[in-house]
Amino acid sequence: MPETQTRQVVELGYAGSERLVMNMGPQHPSAHGVFRMLLTLEGETVVAMDAIIGYLHRCHEKLGETLTYVQYPSIASKTDYVAAMTSELAYVSAVEALGTFEVPRRAQYLRVLVAELQRIASHCLWLGTWCMDMGGALGGGATVFLYCFREREEVLDRLEELTGARLLYGFHQVGGTRYDVPAGWDRKVRDTVAFIERRIDEWEAMLEDNAVFRVRTQGVGVVSRELAQEVGIAGPLLRGSGVDFDLRRDAPYSSYGDFRFRVPVEAAGDCYARYRVRMVEFRESIRIARQVLDGLPEGPISSRPGVKSVGQVRVPKGEAYARVEGARGEVGCYIVSDGGPRPYRMKWRGASFSNLAVLPHIIPGHKVADVVAIMGSVDPVFGEVDR
Amino acid sequence: MPSFARHALEAAVVLGALVGLVAYVTLLERKFAARLQSRIGPYYVGWPHGWLQPIADGLKLMLKEDVVPARADRGVYNLAPIVFLVPCLLIFATIPFAPGLGVADLAIGVLFFLAVSSLEIVGLFMGGWGSNNKYALLSVMRAVNQIISYDLPFIFVALVPVLLAGSLQMSAIVGAQAGLWFVAYPVLGQLAFLAFVVATLAAENRVPFDILEAESELVAGFRVEYSGMKLALIQLGEYAHMLGTSFLGALLFLGGWLGPGPAWLGPVWFLAKALAIFLLVTWVRWSFVRIRVDQILAISWKLMLPASVLLLLATALWVAAGGAGAA
Repeated sequence: MPETQTRQVVELGYAGSERLVMNMGPQHPSAHGVFRMLLTLEGETVVAMDAIIGYLHRCHEKLGETLTYVQYPSIASKTDYVAAMTSELAYVSAVEALGTFEVPRRAQYLRVLVAELQRIASHCLWLGTWCMDMGGALGGGATVFLYCFREREEVLDRLEELTGARLLYGFHQVGGTRYDVPAGWDRKVRDTVAFIERRIDEWEAMLEDNAVFRVRTQGVGVVSRELAQEVGIAGPLLRGSGVDFDLRRDAPYSSYGDFRFRVPVEAAGDCYARYRVRMVEFRESIRIARQVLDGLPEGPISSRPGVKSVGQVRVPKGEAYARVEGARGEVGCYIVSDGGPRPYRMKWRGASFSNLAVLPHIIPGHKVADVVAIMGSVDPVFGEVDR
Repeated sequence: MPSFARHALEAAVVLGALVGLVAYVTLLERKFAARLQSRIGPYYVGWPHGWLQPIADGLKLMLKEDVVPARADRGVYNLAPIVFLVPCLLIFATIPFAPGLGVADLAIGVLFFLAVSSLEIVGLFMGGWGSNNKYALLSVMRAVNQIISYDLPFIFVALVPVLLAGSLQMSAIVGAQAGLWFVAYPVLGQLAFLAFVVATLAAENRVPFDILEAESELVAGFRVEYSGMKLALIQLGEYAHMLGTSFLGALLFLGGWLGPGPAWLGPVWFLAKALAIFLLVTWVRWSFVRIRVDQILAISWKLMLPASVLLLLATALWVAAGGAGAA
């Protein structure tokens, strides 16, 4: 089944008119970084699409083999730089699974808190850029984009107060977290999430009550449940195609087992379904963040306070895979250790990379304008695709 | 030749005023959009509030290198901005800014306006074709589709006030609104004005109908290869066309220069009404996402065209039955 099905969608058999091969990216306003598409067009209709990646390759996995377990977490954030907290968490979870590290409960709660704040910030960026793809930098899309950035700014301010950094944090370390919350911070976080909760209503009113937005998203870029599972997409895309799967609930890591939240699922599989899933996730993330703040236990934030030398963390020989639910889906880290202070081999599973694989299946048959809408709804981050 | 000199002088004054107005309309739009987006907008050039920003922008574009793509069709490429700009400025020839204040108050003013404003597509197509760029080519394909589709409803809707006033002369149309502005006519007036605004959005290529510029798909559409002064000419043409259509809307539906106060306030009222239409269009622009090309065509042929024809028919019947317009 997989072989034939994945082949047949690559090119549609259109008859007649002349074809035009158009290059989109890597330098293009909606390349979302450095994605390159070779589109074969018949008039406005895309009949074939070739995806070319690799423009942001930085040898991350090789880098992981040269840096120690103490050093790498702050580099891990540079894979998915829009949701840096989750990739850090995936790495330290893998290391902790290899060795015998106790992680204090307070640290586990803080990890969940920053992961959910990060999800909010990341979804803000997604909504803004996606609307910009559909609405243009000189139109309503830019308005939504700026609104989303205004709200994302608040979250980044909170994370800056916590870690001193706004984008790439280095918050996690093996055995716990590096920073504890500053005084009065929880109050500010509560204000921030309450503020964003109100703004989400505004965005929804602006977008969902708008017929233009609906005709651009409903029925566009449909990923069937079968295709979703066959290609191996994850996260909001998967849930937007009717598959009820969320690692936070189905394979709880850190302290997700302690919190109550709903996993949104939409059956339609189109851009609008993916949008709805993410909008609900906003609210569920806010709900989790509040629960964490309510139940934040006292105690140490790390079982290994202080860094004395970069080679100080050692794990026994073996291998481990850890996966977390990032803003874009399953972020996994696979580590093979030979007993030294750095991994023998490391492998990332980037959610964006797997999600991008669905594009050539769904884009042929759509109009050029839909290409950017579908691309935006997939929400790829190229740091994570190319690594 | 005193008469020739007088006309030349008038044209020069209108043209000069127009270019200045267009420059400051861009500042108005930027400020307005900035407020919508909780920004400040241009501020530092000509402190405070960026009063010199349009001049600085114009100077910048003039000083920029003029790049002609190696594979471009040079003649067509170089001519296109002029061919695009001329009709956009020519439409102002028939617009009276107050009784007797204008270049030429033709007896067929509305017809002239509609005919000339449709010509811009020629320059646009030349620019897109001459650039020899795939984005530009796709863009002008869309442009021809869209402008042909929307010129018809635009013309039909613009004919509604003509029927009501019983004249094609701009000043006569305004005169007919002395009692009641056409937009205030029950149902007919409001529907026609609404259809006019939608058709205006499409004819001016503004979001949600800006598919030919569509920078998230086609980078900058037909003007992707243009730079420097030629880009400035194209932008001047676009804004002049937008402003001209706003003036037309104010003339046809909002009673032109009619308003309370002494007669010399007429041009001020007229400008205020035109800018109100411009801001309405701008408001829509900065709130909507873009419609896809097939959806734009569907809206035009399945909704706008039948609706505008019906509107025109209804108006005709109403006038024939001795409606208020004849009075």
